[in-house]
Amino acid sequence: MACAVRRSRALAAVLVLAAAAVACGGGASRTSGRATLDWYNFPDDSGALQQAADRCSRASGGRYVIRYNKLPRTADGQRQQLVRRLAARDPALDILGLDVTWAPEFAEAGWIRPWTGSRRAEAVRDTLPAPVRTATWKDRLYAVPYNTNVQLLWYRADLVPQPPTTWAGMLDAARALAKAGKPHRIEVQGAQYEGLTVWFNTLVASAGGSILNADATAPSLGAPAVRAASIMRDLAVSPAADPSLSNQTEDQNRLAMESGTAAFQVNYPFVYPAMKADNPELFRHFRWARYPRVDADRPARVTIGGIDLAVGAHSRRPELAFEAALCLRDRDNQRAAALRGGLPPTLRSLYDDPQIERSYPFAQDILAELENAALRPQTPAYQNVSIAVSHTLSPPAEIRPAASVLDLRGQIEDALQSKGLVP
Amino acid sequence: MTRLSEGARQERRLGWLLCAPAVLVMLAVTAYPVLYALYLSLHRYDLRFPQLARFVGLDNYAAVLSSGFWWEAFQVTCLITVVSVAVELALGMGLAVVMHRAILGRPAVRTAVLLPYGIVTVVAAFSWQYAWTPGIGYLVDSAGEAPLTDHWKAIGLIILAEVWKTTPFMALLLLAGLALVPEETLRAAMVDGATRWQRFRLVTLPLMKPAILVALLFRTLDAFRIFDNIYVLTQGSNGTGSVSILGYDNLFTALNLGIGSAISVLIFLCVAVIAFAFIRLFGTAAPGSEDTGR
Repeated sequence: MACAVRRSRALAAVLVLAAAAVACGGGASRTSGRATLDWYNFPDDSGALQQAADRCSRASGGRYVIRYNKLPRTADGQRQQLVRRLAARDPALDILGLDVTWAPEFAEAGWIRPWTGSRRAEAVRDTLPAPVRTATWKDRLYAVPYNTNVQLLWYRADLVPQPPTTWAGMLDAARALAKAGKPHRIEVQGAQYEGLTVWFNTLVASAGGSILNADATAPSLGAPAVRAASIMRDLAVSPAADPSLSNQTEDQNRLAMESGTAAFQVNYPFVYPAMKADNPELFRHFRWARYPRVDADRPARVTIGGIDLAVGAHSRRPELAFEAALCLRDRDNQRAAALRGGLPPTLRSLYDDPQIERSYPFAQDILAELENAALRPQTPAYQNVSIAVSHTLSPPAEIRPAASVLDLRGQIEDALQSKGLVP
Repeated sequence: MTRLSEGARQERRLGWLLCAPAVLVMLAVTAYPVLYALYLSLHRYDLRFPQLARFVGLDNYAAVLSSGFWWEAFQVTCLITVVSVAVELALGMGLAVVMHRAILGRPAVRTAVLLPYGIVTVVAAFSWQYAWTPGIGYLVDSAGEAPLTDHWKAIGLIILAEVWKTTPFMALLLLAGLALVPEETLRAAMVDGATRWQRFRLVTLPLMKPAILVALLFRTLDAFRIFDNIYVLTQGSNGTGSVSILGYDNLFTALNLGIGSAISVLIFLCVAVIAFAFIRLFGTAAPGSEDTGR
């Protein structure tokens, strides 16, 4: 009996503790009139994002506090966590850092709120048009661009005095270097993942085509896609290909170039500070140029990456969340993210900022590419389309251009109707 | 059947009342999701297009069963299941005999054998993944360049990780079976002039049949549902995905609840068929049949 009493007391204690915990949880989101806004974004190691959250919290004059929650490291992991919470109507999702390919999907599912009126005007003011288009779905703005990103061509000036301007020219240069017994590889993202889709998308757009038609209802592909697939295959079967090509992502490309086996790489600007830190000897010859063209007379159209900030549909404080999102991507915070975190800004005027120009010697080339950038297909079914592309074109050495593109067309048609399975 | 006395009936009612909460919880956490998955599998239901959700009958099953991706994953799953369970049975039997016969340091032997089973599968899978990754792995040189990116090598390494991890479980179940074999029967066989191999094959194995069946059944069902080792080691790339990986990708990447649920239900059916086949195959030795283990 004594035992039973003790047990019921223990149970009561647990219940009291649980009730207290619930009360604390509720209290944490509104401490003495200050609302807590939960910001979910990619995990940043530079401290720039936390700094932005702190700055905006202070600037709000005590109206809100932004809590920066780190999402998983991979884009797939980030999307899965956000989607599962949004599908469960989690009200704690106030501000969401979306990859540039997610806005149509999240908007169509009713998970994020549109930006309208003066907030919209504020969001697009001074913002580069291409990032704005990534956050737009059916003519409505669903997110505010935070940072952007594009790839450049990086090369070694000790091996290549004059950078090639086309893929064909680059392949010729690599072959010549191989004949001379010099480092000659071209580093590019060839693994079966999003990076492969980005490479294909850039080549198709540079050849004057697109993966989907203008209203994203059917595949477009056609001759430009066959052209793009041929370039990928030609590289993969040439001496310029890295033996690990079919398994390489951005970071493996960076490491290969730092180890001295490559003459070229197409990659994001993070490789520049990395080369400076990891191999100062090679850094002396490390140069950049605009992304190689498909046709000599048409500039390349490079696929943009980056993050857009959206406000969750189930947020309890959407008004504050819109305001806080605008603050998080204001001029000062974008400058800090660029200088500390290496993230190219989305505000046009920052590209003329002397501080940015000093630490970003390639800022003007990035800006030029951004002004002629290509978007990945804008559709709620983007994930399925991307999986269809990366699976069909992997490994690049086994691409049969015309047949692969035909195969891809069927798979994209299924993907757009969310029919069939994804591999 | 005799009529129950008033007291017995009340006791029975109390019994039902006492287990009612547990039954309700079980129904809520198992029956509800299973039935909900069945319901979803009959609908076109994509999280991204909630307004397009509608009943489609067996269309999702037709889509899965006519898809090359399903059959490719099915083949890979069957291959991994058959090879890993066969190897585990052989190794597990050897370990069980060692544990059974060990006289010196029996606790130490058993602890050492069981160690891999005590390690969290995901943790073990990550250490395998690092071991096979070029540049940082200590085993990678023994398997050629980037073995996890090659179809056959990767499948071999997945099986290796699976065998390493679950052989102790097999050994433990078989050890229980070995303990069932009466010492006097083995002695009698020895007196009759049976060799060591004959004693094992003709006396020990038949008497162990129920234990072997249980061990094989458990491991086959587990192996068929393999997910964590593949998820960590290859993420299913290069044609190494199992049916569970396929289901996961369709549910959580494609957000297609209809197709994903249909895959889950098909996996459930496969598992049911495996269990049924085992019981038919082993006939009366099956657990739950009349003379179980006797």
